[in-house]
Amino acid sequence: MSDWPSETRFLGKSTPRIDGPAKVTGAAKYPSDQQPAGMLYGAILRSKWPAARVRSIDLEPARRLPGVRAAIVVRDGERTVRYYGDELAAVAATTQRAALEAIAVIRVDAEPLPFVVDEVSAVRSDAPRVFSDEASNKGEPRTGGQGDVDVGFAEADVVVEGMFATQVEIHHPMETHGGTADFRGDELTVWHSTQGISSVRDGLSDALDLPQSKVRVLCSYMGGGFGAKFGAGVEGVLAARLSREAGAPVRLVLSRFDQSLAVGNRPSTFQKIRLGAKSDGTLKAFSIESYGCAGYAAGGPSAGGSTNSAFPAPYIYRVPNTRTSHREISINTGPAAAFRAPGHPAASFGMESIMDDLALRLGMDPMELRLRNDPSELRRREYAMAAERFGWKAKYAPPGSSSGPLKRGVGCAGATWGGGGRGTQAEMEVNPDGTLEIRCGTQDLGTGTHTLIAVIAAELLGLEPADIGVRLGDTRFPPSGGSGGSTTAASVSPAIYDVCEKAMEELKKASGLDYVRGASWKQACRKLGISPLVVRGQWREGLSSRGAGGVQMAEVEVDTETGFVRLVRIVCVQDCGTVVNKLTCESQINGGVIMGIGYALYENRVVDRATGVILNPNLETYKVPGFGDLPPIDIVLLDMPERGVIGIGEPVTIPTASAIANAVANAIGVRVTSLPITPDKVLAALGRIPGRKNPHEEWKSLFET
Amino acid sequence: MNHPASFSSSRDASLSRRSFLKGLGVTAATAAANGAEALAADLAQADRERPFGPGETAVGFVLDGVRVQARVEPRETLLEVLRTRFGHTGAKEGCDRGTCGACTVLVGGTPVYACMMLAVAADGATIETIEGQAIGGRLTPVQQAFVEKDGLQCGFCTPGVVLSVTALLRKDPRPNEEAVRGACAGHVCRCGSHPRIVAAALEASGVKTASQMEVVSGGRHHV
Repeated sequence: MSDWPSETRFLGKSTPRIDGPAKVTGAAKYPSDQQPAGMLYGAILRSKWPAARVRSIDLEPARRLPGVRAAIVVRDGERTVRYYGDELAAVAATTQRAALEAIAVIRVDAEPLPFVVDEVSAVRSDAPRVFSDEASNKGEPRTGGQGDVDVGFAEADVVVEGMFATQVEIHHPMETHGGTADFRGDELTVWHSTQGISSVRDGLSDALDLPQSKVRVLCSYMGGGFGAKFGAGVEGVLAARLSREAGAPVRLVLSRFDQSLAVGNRPSTFQKIRLGAKSDGTLKAFSIESYGCAGYAAGGPSAGGSTNSAFPAPYIYRVPNTRTSHREISINTGPAAAFRAPGHPAASFGMESIMDDLALRLGMDPMELRLRNDPSELRRREYAMAAERFGWKAKYAPPGSSSGPLKRGVGCAGATWGGGGRGTQAEMEVNPDGTLEIRCGTQDLGTGTHTLIAVIAAELLGLEPADIGVRLGDTRFPPSGGSGGSTTAASVSPAIYDVCEKAMEELKKASGLDYVRGASWKQACRKLGISPLVVRGQWREGLSSRGAGGVQMAEVEVDTETGFVRLVRIVCVQDCGTVVNKLTCESQINGGVIMGIGYALYENRVVDRATGVILNPNLETYKVPGFGDLPPIDIVLLDMPERGVIGIGEPVTIPTASAIANAVANAIGVRVTSLPITPDKVLAALGRIPGRKNPHEEWKSLFET
Repeated sequence: MNHPASFSSSRDASLSRRSFLKGLGVTAATAAANGAEALAADLAQADRERPFGPGETAVGFVLDGVRVQARVEPRETLLEVLRTRFGHTGAKEGCDRGTCGACTVLVGGTPVYACMMLAVAADGATIETIEGQAIGGRLTPVQQAFVEKDGLQCGFCTPGVVLSVTALLRKDPRPNEEAVRGACAGHVCRCGSHPRIVAAALEASGVKTASQMEVVSGGRHHV
């Protein structure tokens, strides 16, 4: 199907990032690095109450402090705040410290309200309501399914049941949210750390009642997003409002503390699953009751992972009879946001865990059970390749069979992701001296979009990647979409193909030459005379597609005396259609696997039930994987040029935690049923913490009401 | 007050010693007269020290080979001063509490979290930032290796990591992988570039590293 060239110089090879030198020298300016002349510093006053009725906010004490140039409330009038960290007011001052001092003296008249911050308590009939007009903190179930699940279970030879839970994960990109806003005359320019410059523009236009044509959003580089940086955010709107009030540019970049409270998370889940199969392993019936909790903002688009559509069950497996029921829980914590493969890692954890439990009951190798029930021919091949690379047959032994206090185990899991993309336009300006610049209103999150464009253009035009000027991250460039859902490569690549083809056609016409590629390029360009050639291209069918899959296998060593899990090795086999750039592709796969390791073993937002306060709003107590935690990661990437370009960011992070969880269960012979798998949970599962209650006792009440 | 190391160690010690000796009526001059030279030097040093603030105070240091001066509040961190007074924004603020390493600069050749050091404590020090590494646009071998081995994604943690690896290779030109991981342990990379960062550091030390990724033909696809 795909028109990509089969003999290539750059496509599918390794090309170092064209913006690499800028990033290793500090020349790359991020939105948080912008310091326009006269810039002020913004800071946000946040609610210290998890729930309160705010009657009034007095900004005068802040306005009287030296250096303060603007002070605003987030919303006029009385209001209810629903989480610790909710934005109340903001100031702009001549220094960061003056701004912080100013928010400290703002007087807030508020009446604290009862609150609830844990999911299980939230569904009790006597729990405080997050929204007082709702009868319950629990949403109506969204149900689905196919076939007849009762018949399916009746036909099954074996039925297994389990309860599983996943934690709240925080995105924590290295560059925190925010940027710099400069309101001048009737025009607003913002440098915003974002995954979607166009959605930021539209959001600011709405919030400030400005024509979209008067808002310009810039983001050449940005320090990571992972799903949490699509919109302007409250902080983006506040920066623009402060700039308008102060008549000066305002930098408003969140602290790491703020980052932990208010700008998104991956929702928690609680899953009760039943799975039935014939004795040969053929799945017959599946049922799930699940809860997802996106903080106070349950429901709506931010509920990702807790809604029916975003919670894929029974995940990748073919089961003829299924019944699904998903509900949302509201609690008094900050809102969720899309997070790398929303819904999938949590759904995968529940399903892949129960698959291993079923394999154990059937006395089957868990990989064989998957091969029998996975409808994807491609993924079945990937299992075979992973097994060979990993040495699965030799390594797999029944759970808990290694002797001694250090126990080895192995686990596997598969994943799928849609991705795909469309709708991007790009522009190329070709100068008479042969230099050229491609402009596209997308953004580079660190995935290597600059380089992807250079590789494709160099390939098609017969030039070197270094010859291709690439400018992104400006809403004045031809439009593209947000960078999320593994859609950027599939959206942008076809538009670059198209603009290159059009440029060559136009150049042929203008130069009178019938061959303008490579060595002829400069000669043809010289014939342009004094006017540069400007052409526009757009996304078209046939060059990109959707649907990537992969499998991962993990080997772990568990210390049964300390509960510590050491990763020994991870093997990842993945497809993503046409490989554009091996180098950046490998980096993204590493990144997905490593984020999955964090989800498996370390990351967890902790909220104090008594005060509603986030207890680990920083990177020393919210643990992300570090240099000492990582095993060798072996990657096999299937190159399938005929499928066109497919994004890789999401699928690779999905199965990692499931494979690790299965490996831990295989090592110690008992399953830790919630993520992250911390040493205390391992010891508790082994019965080594006297008096520790089984968490299922608590979760159970969710499913009894 | 010269180097930050001597700043933190001698200041506390000499203050308590001075108050103790002052209680006995000892001065630098009498100590010197009695032949207690070390004690005299300590006392003289202590007498030269002064409390800072609350207003601005002058500091000077060598920044990427250039002698610079600034007036700073005593509470300002080195990171703030580098970014706002000198425009060296390569040092990033990722946490402002000495956890993530994005603000790392070299002080006297040693990697330091610039968010955890007061600018006044850097008075007299030699500071290297990422902006001073590539002379005349020519990347250092460490920078070159990070580009070639893709030891970065979003690039926000990169300047700090490059400096920590640079400091390691100056001390230990042939580190093993363990030493590289140790040198980078103070850095958080959320994109997950760790394997490529380690490869870049080893490559910069002259060790050839391979990709951990094998690309194989997937053949025709049948769903």
